[in-house]
Amino acid sequence: MGTITQSPPRKSKKREVLEKAVIRFCGDSGDGIQVTGNQFTNTVALYGNDLATFPDYPAEIRAPKGTLPGVSGFQVHFGSTEIYTPGDAVDALVAMNPAALKMNLTELKKNGILIVNVDNFGAGDLKKAQMASNPLEDHTLDAYRVFPVELMKLTSAALKELGLDAKSVDRCKNFFALGMCYWLYNRPMESTFRWIEDKFKAKPQLIEANKLAMKAGYAYCEATEAFQVSYEIPPAKLAPGLYRNISGNTALALGFVAASQQAGIPLFLGSYPITPASDVLHELSMYKDFGVVTFQAEDEIAAVTSAIGASYAGSLGITTTSGPGMALKTEALGLAVAVELPLVICDIQRGGPSTGLPTKTEQADLLQALYGRNSEAPIPVLAASSPGDCFWVALEASRIALKYMVPVIVLSDGYLANGAEPWRVPQPSELPSIPVHFTTDARGFMPYSRDPKTLARPWAIPGTPGLEHRIGGIEKQDVTGNINYEPLNHEKMCRLRAAKVEAVAQEIPEVVPAGDPSGELLIVGWGSTYGPITAAMKLKRAKGHKIGHVHLRYLNPLPKNLGEVLKRYKKILVPEMNMGQLVMVLRAKYLVDAQGYDKIQGKPFGTSEMAAKIKEVLQ
Amino acid sequence: MSTETLPVYTKKDFQTDQEVRWCPGCGDYAILSAVQSVFPELGIPKEKFVIVSGIGCSSRFPYYMNTYGFHSIHGRAPAVATGVKIAHPELEVWVATGDGDSLSIGGNHTIHMLRRNVGIKVLMFNNRIYGLTKGQYSPTSEIGKKSKSTPFGSADRPFYPLSLALGADATFVARSVDVFQPHLKATVKRAAAHKGSSFIEIMQNCNIFNDGAWESLTEKEVREDHIIAIEHGKPLIFGKNKDKGIRMNGLELEVVQLGNGIAEKDLIVHDEKNHNPAYAFLLSRMDSTPGFPTPIGVLRAVDAPRYEDRIAEQIREVTAKRGKGDLAKLLRQGDTWEVK
Repeated sequence: MGTITQSPPRKSKKREVLEKAVIRFCGDSGDGIQVTGNQFTNTVALYGNDLATFPDYPAEIRAPKGTLPGVSGFQVHFGSTEIYTPGDAVDALVAMNPAALKMNLTELKKNGILIVNVDNFGAGDLKKAQMASNPLEDHTLDAYRVFPVELMKLTSAALKELGLDAKSVDRCKNFFALGMCYWLYNRPMESTFRWIEDKFKAKPQLIEANKLAMKAGYAYCEATEAFQVSYEIPPAKLAPGLYRNISGNTALALGFVAASQQAGIPLFLGSYPITPASDVLHELSMYKDFGVVTFQAEDEIAAVTSAIGASYAGSLGITTTSGPGMALKTEALGLAVAVELPLVICDIQRGGPSTGLPTKTEQADLLQALYGRNSEAPIPVLAASSPGDCFWVALEASRIALKYMVPVIVLSDGYLANGAEPWRVPQPSELPSIPVHFTTDARGFMPYSRDPKTLARPWAIPGTPGLEHRIGGIEKQDVTGNINYEPLNHEKMCRLRAAKVEAVAQEIPEVVPAGDPSGELLIVGWGSTYGPITAAMKLKRAKGHKIGHVHLRYLNPLPKNLGEVLKRYKKILVPEMNMGQLVMVLRAKYLVDAQGYDKIQGKPFGTSEMAAKIKEVLQ
Repeated sequence: MSTETLPVYTKKDFQTDQEVRWCPGCGDYAILSAVQSVFPELGIPKEKFVIVSGIGCSSRFPYYMNTYGFHSIHGRAPAVATGVKIAHPELEVWVATGDGDSLSIGGNHTIHMLRRNVGIKVLMFNNRIYGLTKGQYSPTSEIGKKSKSTPFGSADRPFYPLSLALGADATFVARSVDVFQPHLKATVKRAAAHKGSSFIEIMQNCNIFNDGAWESLTEKEVREDHIIAIEHGKPLIFGKNKDKGIRMNGLELEVVQLGNGIAEKDLIVHDEKNHNPAYAFLLSRMDSTPGFPTPIGVLRAVDAPRYEDRIAEQIREVTAKRGKGDLAKLLRQGDTWEVK
C-alpha cells in the first residue's frame, strides 16, 4: 500500500484550497505525454482525490515532430467531491510546443494557468504548427496566466553532471514539467519515483536523470518569483474501502480473470490486435499463473472461432476487438448462437465507419451488437458505464454466458478503455458465484435438451465418455440436435434461441431511476455517457427540475419494467455518441416519443453541453 | 491411459445412425470408410476424438463419425480446432475439409495452423471443384477449367496444396487417393501417429461435378506410370516395369530410364525426415513438368514442438515461478490507498 508523504517544506508562498481542478498535458506524441498524465493521475489518486481522465492521442505512432496531427493530450479532472467526467474547461494547461498550444488553447479557461515550453517556439516550430506569428509575443495569450519556461534548457542544466547524450536529456523534460505540476498542486513525488525506479531498473542512469529532472521542476517553481500561488485539493469522501486507480481495459481484463476463477474453469482469450482493445490482450497475457491462455490469432475471425473452439472444449472462451473486428466476427457470432456455447465478445468501440477514428471514442456499434448478424440471431448485450464498471460487466457477461449457454456481447468504448478512475477493490466475497456444470451422465443424454428455467442446453465437453455427439451451424432438430430442415422445427428453434435470451431478463435487476422517480424529464443513457449525464442532471435538479436518469447496463434483453418507467416522465431524452441508435430501439419497442441527443465527434459529451441540452428540452 | 482398460473397437463403433447424404458414387464414402477402419486401430478412447469441419461436401464428415464433432463455418475449421486443442491438448483433433474450404476461404487459417504446428490432423479432400454449391471451379482446378462460373475456362493458376503446406513449414505432409484404400489407410495411420500438424491431401473424385478429376492418374492402366508411391529410405522408382527413376540434376529433379549406366544408386533415396523443406517442395510440384509422376505417400515427417505444448509449458513455468495466482492479491496489485 502506498503511503502519503508530506510535501517538502516551502517558503512563504500562498496556498489556495480548491474543490476540484482540471489539468491537461499536451505535446508531441513522442514527448511522453501519456506517461506524464498517467503519473499525475496515479499521484492524485493515491492522495485520495476522486478523478476522471481523458487520454487523447493520434492514431499515428509518431506523426512528424511538432506538427498539428502529432499532438497528444492527457486530461485529468480531480477533486475533493465526486468527479463524473474528465472536465469541460481546463484550469491548467501544459503545452510542450506551438502545435500543442494551438490545438488545446480553446479549452483553457480565461485566466487559466498556461505553462509553455518556450524552447520550442522557434520560427521552424511555429511554421510546423501553421502559426503566422509567435503567440508568446502577439497578445494571443493575454487572457491567460502564462508561465513561459525554458524546459529544455532547464532540464539540461539540471542533468549536466550526468553526462547523458542530448536525446536522453530531452526525454526527461516531461518529468521536469511533471515536477512543476506537483508543486503547483502540492502533490508528493514518491509514487512517480517508485514508477521511475521500476521502469528503468536496467538503466540506473535514467532513474537518476528522470528523478533529478522532476525534482528540478519542483524546485524551479519553489524558487522562481513567477509562481506565487499553489493549490490544495483535499481528498474526496469516497465510500470506505481499499482503492486503486484503474482504466477500463485493465478492469475488463481483471473481470474476466475473476470470472474464470469464480467459475473454476480456464479462461481462453482469442484476439487480434486492434486499437483500442489491444490492452486487454496485453493485460491478460500476463496472467499465466491464473491459467489464462491468450491466443493472438491470425485474424479477427480466427480470434473468435478459436474462442468458440475453446468454449466447446470447456474453457470460458472470450474475444476482444473493436468495431471493424466486430464486423469480421459477425458470421462466427451466428455460429455461437446456433451451437449454443458460452462466449463473451468485447467490442471496445471507436469512431467509424471503416477504419474511422481508431483512437477516438464513439458508441455507434450498438445496432451492430444488437442486430448485426444474418437471420434471427439474438445475443444478450451489456454495456459498461465507467472504467471501473468494466470489471463488473465482464463478470456479469461471463456469468450469463455460462448459465444460459449463449454468446454475450460487452460494449465498452475508447473513452472507458483508456480513461481511469479510482476503483474500490472488491473483496472476493463480493464477487458473484458462477456455477458451471459439465454433463457427464450418458443416460438419456440429448445435446439439445434444455434446462426448463434457463433453456440452456447441456455442456458436454469432448473427452467425456459416452456423450459423443455432433454440433454445428446447420439447423438442428429440437432436443436431438440432428440436422433438420423442417419448417416448423426451424421456427421452433428460432423461437427457442430468442426465448433463451429473453429468459435472461428474469434475473436482471429492475430499473430504478437516479434522481426523481417521475417528473418532467427522463434521461436514458448507456455506456460511457454515464458521467456527463450524471453531472449535468445534478446541476439541473439543483435548480428545482424533476429529472430522472436511467442508465442501461442491459441492452438486450432490456429490463422488464423499463416500459413502465419511461411512461412516468413527460419527456425522454437519449444522449448518445452516435446518430440515435438506442433512441430508435426505445421508440420502436415502447412507442414513446423519446428524443435523441447525438454527438459524433470522437469525444465524450461535456457536462455543460449536456446541461444546456437538458435546459433546452425542459423549455 | 493404459491400453488394458481400452474397449476393443471395431469400425462399427465409429459409425453413426445418421443417414449419409453424399451423392452415390462420391469419393467421400471411401475416405469415410478408411477413417472408420483406422480409428479403432489407434488405441485411443473414442471420446478423445474430435472432428472439426468447415463447409462443403467434405465438411459433413463429422456427422458420420461417432465421435465428438463440430461442423463449423466456411474455412474456419483450423481456427476452431486450434481453440479446442489449446484448451484440451490431450484430445485427438482432426479436421475434415476440402480444397475450397481449406485453400480458398480458409487459406489463412490453414497456413497459420501449420506454421504453429498445432497437433491437428487435416484430411483435405481435393476434388478440384466446388461440389456443394454445384460446380464452380476451385483453387485447385487446372487453368482453363470450364465450370458453371467459368464457361470460357478459368484464368486462375491452381495451388499445389502440398507446396502450400510445405511453404507454411508443415511438419507432416502427405498425399493419398480415395480409391487406393490400403494406401489411404496407411497414410491416415501415419498422420495419426505424427505429433504436430498433419496435412494429407486426398485426391477425391466428385462424380457429379468433376467426374474423372484424377482419372488420368488413377486408372489402372496408367497409374504406375503416372503416380509414384514414395517411401522413406527407398529410391524414387516408378513405372509399370519399375524401370524409371528420379535423380537430382543440379537443383532440379530429372526423370531417368534405369539401365544404360544408370543404376538405383544414382536415384534420390526418399528422406521424409529432411529438415530442409526444399526437397519435399521439389517433390510436391514435380508433376507440373510433363513426364513426371505425381507423388503419393509421406513427403515430409519431421519432429518439432507442438504449439499447445509450448502454451501449456509456459503456463506451468510461470505458475511454478510465481505460485498459483491469488485473485484477491491480483485485484489489489499496484498502488492502493485506504479510505476510512
